[in-house]
Amino acid sequence: MSSNEKPQKTTGLHIGDAVPGCKKKDPMLVIDHVKKTFGGLTAVDVEHLEIPSGVITALIGPNGAGKTTLFNLLTGFDTPDTGTWSFMGTSLSGVPSFKVAQLGQVRTFQLTKALSLLTVIENMKLGAKGQSGESIFRALFPGFWKKQDEDIEVKAMELLKRFKLDTKKGDFAASLSGGQRKLLEMARALMTDPTLVMLDEPMAGVNPALTQSLLDHVISLKGEGMTVLFVEHDMHMVRHIADWVVVMAEGKVVAEGPPESVMKEQAVIDAYLGAHQETDLGEVTGRINIIKGEDK
Amino acid sequence: MDWGSILNNTLAGFLTPTTIAFALAALGLAMHFGFAGLLNFGIAGFMAIGGYGYAISVLTFGLPWWAGMLVGVLGSVVFALILGIPTLRLRGDYLAIATIAAAEIARLLFLTTAFTDVTGSADGLFGFNSRPDGSGFQNSNPIPQGTYGFGPFTYNEQTLWVLIFGLIVLTVAVWFLWALMRSPWGRVIKGIREDEEAVRSLGKNVFAYKLQALVIGGVFGALGGIIYTAAQNISPGVYVTSLTFFIWTSLLLGGAATIFGPVIGAVIFWVIQAFLSNVLPELATSGILPVSTTQASTLRFVLVGIGLMLLVIYRPQGIFGDKRELTFVK
Amino acid sequence: MKFLLDDTRRRALRIILVALLAVFGGLSVSAPALGDSVGEEYSATIFGNVKIDGEPIAGVRIVVDGGGYTAETVTDSDGRWSIGVPEVRNYNVTLDESTLPEGISVLEGGATQEVEFGLTDRVAKNFFIGEGERNETSIFDQIVSRFIYGINFGLMLGLAAVGVSLVFGTTGLSNFSHGEMVTFGAVAALIFGVGLQLPLFIAIPIAVALSAGLGWSLDAGLWRPLRKKGLGIVQLMIVSIGLSLTMRYVIQFVIGGGTEQLPGFDAPKMNLFGAVALSSTDLMSMGLSIVVIVAFAYWLLRTKTGKATRAISDNPDLAAASGIDVDKVIRIVWIMSASLAGLAGVLWAYFRPGIKWDMGTQILLLIFAAVTLGGLGTAFGALIGALIVGVLVEMSGLLIPADLKYVGALVVLIVVLLVRPQGLLGRKQRVG
Repeated sequence: MSSNEKPQKTTGLHIGDAVPGCKKKDPMLVIDHVKKTFGGLTAVDVEHLEIPSGVITALIGPNGAGKTTLFNLLTGFDTPDTGTWSFMGTSLSGVPSFKVAQLGQVRTFQLTKALSLLTVIENMKLGAKGQSGESIFRALFPGFWKKQDEDIEVKAMELLKRFKLDTKKGDFAASLSGGQRKLLEMARALMTDPTLVMLDEPMAGVNPALTQSLLDHVISLKGEGMTVLFVEHDMHMVRHIADWVVVMAEGKVVAEGPPESVMKEQAVIDAYLGAHQETDLGEVTGRINIIKGEDK
Repeated sequence: MDWGSILNNTLAGFLTPTTIAFALAALGLAMHFGFAGLLNFGIAGFMAIGGYGYAISVLTFGLPWWAGMLVGVLGSVVFALILGIPTLRLRGDYLAIATIAAAEIARLLFLTTAFTDVTGSADGLFGFNSRPDGSGFQNSNPIPQGTYGFGPFTYNEQTLWVLIFGLIVLTVAVWFLWALMRSPWGRVIKGIREDEEAVRSLGKNVFAYKLQALVIGGVFGALGGIIYTAAQNISPGVYVTSLTFFIWTSLLLGGAATIFGPVIGAVIFWVIQAFLSNVLPELATSGILPVSTTQASTLRFVLVGIGLMLLVIYRPQGIFGDKRELTFVK
Repeated sequence: MKFLLDDTRRRALRIILVALLAVFGGLSVSAPALGDSVGEEYSATIFGNVKIDGEPIAGVRIVVDGGGYTAETVTDSDGRWSIGVPEVRNYNVTLDESTLPEGISVLEGGATQEVEFGLTDRVAKNFFIGEGERNETSIFDQIVSRFIYGINFGLMLGLAAVGVSLVFGTTGLSNFSHGEMVTFGAVAALIFGVGLQLPLFIAIPIAVALSAGLGWSLDAGLWRPLRKKGLGIVQLMIVSIGLSLTMRYVIQFVIGGGTEQLPGFDAPKMNLFGAVALSSTDLMSMGLSIVVIVAFAYWLLRTKTGKATRAISDNPDLAAASGIDVDKVIRIVWIMSASLAGLAGVLWAYFRPGIKWDMGTQILLLIFAAVTLGGLGTAFGALIGALIVGVLVEMSGLLIPADLKYVGALVVLIVVLLVRPQGLLGRKQRVG
């Protein structure tokens, strides 16, 4: 996938009008009446939200909109005060984060959690699911898990090659650069064979040279049939790869729809820009300058 | 200054039941802290439960020695579960306080006169290693009566039996820890040590792993207590927080996140202790140190305290550890 | 060999069962075969005679226990009793006052007394009985008196706990050597008050001043350099453990393993009201604690450094950014923490009573319990926590054996960590 090809966008995801809380033809995540308060502050207050399957959805909004809180709620890393939410039809209320991950969701973190004290290949192997060697009694006798471990290593090496980290396999993750660690985290997440990949600000702290590569990887996930939901600030990036955009402000969803139309909605412009109505949102939020001229 | 006897006694410190007991407890702590990152400051409690579980089973319930030892081990499993299930989600230093408190509660329960029928309270328990009905540990001693060994490593058949038994247990424990840590299970544990959230996001039940680590380390600690007790009697005055701190010193000395580090650390600790407990009083009596002999013995514990501080400040990875691997060092 | 023979236990159990049946069945215990001699198979014997005004009393229950052995008997028609014991050692002999006639009780020494064998294997134990009030304090009086003692203990704990909380709040360090700072104060008072024979009103301030000096040197020589070096919290905690070991054994080096007393420790207890009996020393301790705590509260709330301390505990980066000299404030915190600990040590020496090398270590966990209960990092929380722990420790004596009274506080400590780790007054921050 070359960097200047415009990715194929999927359309026709919604039923009815593209309004906040609209139903989707094939929802993967469904959220109902979810509310979370901290102290006296309402961080999230979402009536209804559905995330479509098989496409890339962006969750955007100005600082303090509640995106990260909602993200943590959806991945089980936080619990809402009220509400229900389900993943592929299974209710996630009260389900701990590790079980959510076992159901097919995987998330990355804003501050990358590549395990520095493990080597790159160990990081990768850690991601694999259903390892018999992780059960304590079978762990003692390599006969039980040696074969499986070798298979996992083959799969890990394939992924590492794809992310161009294969030469680093024996290095401690601590010795990787920040961007390489981000790639490692993403590669490791793929080891879990997820259905839904949740990326928490994947571009945060990444140097511009690496962002195109990251974007390409995200797009390729869709190509492999996975659903992607990511939180981001950068509107250029969102316009570039997202099929669907959910805009939050002050804890509520204020707009939903394909990127082009959403960015023109008054509610969204108000949320971001306040007085500077004429400025293109991409200019205001853009962190990276990789797409030149194509969206103007 | 009788250097001959000082040297002799120092070398003897290499291989005593106490050394093996310390090595086992330090291995347990390596599992807890070195590999899983759990700040367990109650390892003395596990040792006490192992030792008392064994002694009480033999004396009060008339069990044969091997069943008594099993009871001691099971007791430590129960203790680990009771302690771990509520406390494992606590942050590091809070967990440290909770574990010290738990170990102290255990010690006070063994010390109180309320249970003196079973525990012997302050006097402790005696005579459970050799039983008149032949079910005692020493009754199963296959070694004929006599003295064995050479030089500083001279033992009677009773001590030798404890040493052999202890070494077998230690070897199994070392293998167990080594096998676990090089397996996928060990990988998960090392991940948890560094960042629980990351490991959770990959679908692992972090709590279950931590609990398993706590139980395993606790069992090693209990075995340490049992070996110590098999060599003599048992009294609550041994299982004080100072004991936990000495085991920590042995662990850090050898290398917290290594397999052989704790064993070697325990050996070195005891050899140094043996050396100091012989040299210092002699220096006092011969007037080189202007202190009394009792003061000279106290001095060696002062040196342990200073040693621990220097160790954790300047070489926290110990002798064999890798500084890159340590999570508690900035 | 001290161990429990099945035979002995069965026999003792049998005797107790029969005795119980006798008491409940209202049978007069005129069974001399059971009555006078127990434990005949043993060679050592404890025996005695129960008489009033020369008249023997029968049916009085006597219990002997010690070394894992318990046996009992009742006096025969001559008022005599005899209990065989397996070995020559100290035993406790208890006369069951409820089996004495109405209005008669043990006049001297209490209902339970210790007996020691002399050169032979027979020893007598007689109780001095007569008409007199059986000392039965009502439950209410006991509760009140324990509550007051608990407050006394809690005030002393509070002085020590405040220091731990402040140090934690400003530096994040869980200071395991705080117990030794307490002992240090007591030992300093000992050296100047007893060793150098200075009057107490000079010796105690000197002890506190020296404790302040200790706090200053510890921060200057150890904690500040380590902070600068960037050591992690866990490393610092282990350093404090090493320091605790070092200080503990240095103190033992200096004063030995025995117990010493400060002058005035044995001031007579005056009956104040109900069952509450306090000595002049107790009252002065409580008064002093309250005065110091009030002064400290004033410092924390009103003075500039006090406010700066609270600011740093709240948010160190913001405090530093707003121009507060964090290092200087931390130095002051250490000095205060050590001085209060030293004073607490003096008070603890009077409360125990007695100065021993590990006296501070003994209450370290109680101090942590107080601090955790109140909220790690808040000074007032530490005080409230300390009072609660003090009262809890004393009151628990009503329900559980006296030598388990610290267990109550330790259980509270663990429960607080589980249920509400930020304590009563702390802010809800990530503790897990």
